[in-house]
Amino acid sequence: MTDMTQSNAPGNHYPPGEHPDLPPPPGTVGVIGWLRKNLFSNIPNSILTLLAVYFLVSSIPPVMDWVLFDADFEGASRTDCTSAGACWALIDVRMKQYFFGLYPVEELWRVYIAGIVLALALLPVLFDKIPFRKILLVNTFLLPITGFYLLSGTGSGPEAWLATVETPQWGGLLLTLVIGVTGIVASLPIGVALALGRRSNMPVVRAMCVTFIEFVRGVPLITILFMSSVMVPLFLPEGVNFDKLLRCLIGVSLFSAAYMAEVIRGGLQAIPKGQYEAAAAMGLSFWKMMYLIILPQALRIVIPGIVNTFIGLFKDTSLVLIIGLFDLLGIAKTVITDANWIGLSHESYAFVAVIYWVFCFGMSRYSIWLEAKLHTGHKR
Amino acid sequence: MATQSIDGPKRGSLLSDQRTRAIIFQALAFFLVAVFFVYIGTNTARNLEALGISTGFDFLNASAGYDVAMSLIPYTATDTHGRVFFVGLLNTLSVSITGILAATILGVILGVLRLSQNWLVSKLVYWYVEVVRNVPLLLQILFWYGVLLGLPRVRDAIPVFETMFLSNRGFYLPKPIPGDGIGLVFAAFVVAVIAVPVIARVAKKRQERTGQTFPVISTSIALIIGLPVLAAIVTGFPLTFDYPEKGGFNFKGGMVLRPEFVALWFSLSVYTAGFIAEIVRAGIQAVSHGQTEAAFSLGLKPNWTMRMIVLPQALRVIVPPLTSQYLNLTKNSSLAIAIGYPDLVSTFGGTSLNQTGQAIEIIMMTMLVYLTISLLISMLMNYYNKRIALVER
Repeated sequence: MTDMTQSNAPGNHYPPGEHPDLPPPPGTVGVIGWLRKNLFSNIPNSILTLLAVYFLVSSIPPVMDWVLFDADFEGASRTDCTSAGACWALIDVRMKQYFFGLYPVEELWRVYIAGIVLALALLPVLFDKIPFRKILLVNTFLLPITGFYLLSGTGSGPEAWLATVETPQWGGLLLTLVIGVTGIVASLPIGVALALGRRSNMPVVRAMCVTFIEFVRGVPLITILFMSSVMVPLFLPEGVNFDKLLRCLIGVSLFSAAYMAEVIRGGLQAIPKGQYEAAAAMGLSFWKMMYLIILPQALRIVIPGIVNTFIGLFKDTSLVLIIGLFDLLGIAKTVITDANWIGLSHESYAFVAVIYWVFCFGMSRYSIWLEAKLHTGHKR
Repeated sequence: MATQSIDGPKRGSLLSDQRTRAIIFQALAFFLVAVFFVYIGTNTARNLEALGISTGFDFLNASAGYDVAMSLIPYTATDTHGRVFFVGLLNTLSVSITGILAATILGVILGVLRLSQNWLVSKLVYWYVEVVRNVPLLLQILFWYGVLLGLPRVRDAIPVFETMFLSNRGFYLPKPIPGDGIGLVFAAFVVAVIAVPVIARVAKKRQERTGQTFPVISTSIALIIGLPVLAAIVTGFPLTFDYPEKGGFNFKGGMVLRPEFVALWFSLSVYTAGFIAEIVRAGIQAVSHGQTEAAFSLGLKPNWTMRMIVLPQALRVIVPPLTSQYLNLTKNSSLAIAIGYPDLVSTFGGTSLNQTGQAIEIIMMTMLVYLTISLLISMLMNYYNKRIALVER
């Protein structure tokens, strides 16, 4: 008797190698198998799982109660919020401020159009296989001009086509996006120029670029914003003064350009020397070599770094509230000082946090998608 | 009269010579920058004269005339702006150093948990990182400050272990009061700290000579904890605590961590820990799996594989971005101004600036402090990078 099971089941004799596959042992497949493998593979792992489950069970219900089940969604002041949860009526009432600041309500259609123009301008930049890309790209290059005139107007007086809206009236998400988009658009070319300057053979140019980059990267953004709001007026000749928002835009752009320069320098350094030499051997001039050979490869390598800098810049726009501009966070901080809504800081900050998060998380997802798409197979 | 060059064909125009062009271009760039600085320099001088502000650093000796809510060195409102500078600097350093400590501990733990085989824990850490990194730090600081101000008033303060209290005025903790002989305990600690690297070096030399290992880590921990405890026993525990007691409107005794400090410290730590977790994860993943397999096939145990093979290689990837996170945390501590924590920027760069009007001197001094810290740390970093760089052919 060699094998109990075979002898007990007569007729189930198979020639060697032709026995049909047995089902996998129970507990290694399906839900149970997955749980065993991923949650309870050994004792420390099981303890970690139980701790995590305990954390989730004890934290999610109260948060959900506060956000949804015990929350008030309508009302005209804080006293209308009678339940124990959040008072979202504040957001409902102040929605226009959160999005547009003090932009005149009768002129809001201009902001909506500017939003559509911005979305259309982004499309050909973000995706390269869309119809009418060339036409849309024209719109993209005109965006700084169209955006500026749409938002700030063409002049004052009754005969003006679009009435002027002063920049102190801009606010909320509108202002955050204006600063963010301007910073992104300006910092990339300045960053490329600084990175090329830092790798240049000309000692004077190199020294100037290194000094600028290291200085800016060594100080907090707040001090740069203070400089733009307190010191720049001293630098200008008497009687000349320019817009606070513009000064802040210059500060933010130069700040992120220094970080951008370091990211791009990393890409430039990663390009093998043979590429430079081959381009020079083809007789390309410096700018042609950069534009046709080096930068397309270098920028592709550092896309994650560039997008990270963009995300950092977008988050840093919130610092302008310290020099007295009312961006999204500035509005969130201001509405809760209203006597009708005092003490609702959690609701206000949670709301704008979600908006910031959607933008930043979207950018990081896009960068992952783009990285996968541009993966040309040269990577090991 | 045209002259033909005798040593070869005629050269092109001067402008097409690369070297000449470089010199001309650089001279032009230098000239433009110089003109720019001279222009703003003269404008500034004229503007300051018109405003009646005298330049110079005399204001540092003038009395500040305002109070600072938290100070590590003795300070009263009659002290000078120069002293305010140091008060602010110390406050910046204290929140930065404690923040760096907390962020490193939390970040390393989270980074390791992110790599855990446990699906639930790994996902939880993933979402923690994605939430914390994608919301502006300033918003997080304001949010947590709001939460702390929403704590009960002093009268209804929440007791923790009966000796500590949480209230909207801050966290009240027992205050340690050193007695006689505390110096000996401290000295024992210093001796232990000095002894550890000496032991490590001797142990390494012995291992290289004889192959015998010595339990350096456990010995070091025993020394660092044991020696001070021994000294404390000998001197009869020279440390007493002053416990906070609830008074009518405030606490008596004890010491207080103000809500501004706690909010700033907590947000800085939590925010930076998200970045550090990602750095640690990437660093450990950067060590190729072949290294671990090779170590196993040599018969090293998992613990030793981690310590001798994976960590030394991972640290080479981790340390440079980690230092830049430390620098970011230090620079981000300047956001203190939004909630009124008296750091360098909000006291010296804020209130003192408004009082004296010496914008240029004050902003330059503030920037110089941060710049010095940055450059010092990047110098250390370059030294470290050179020391650990892979030695290649």
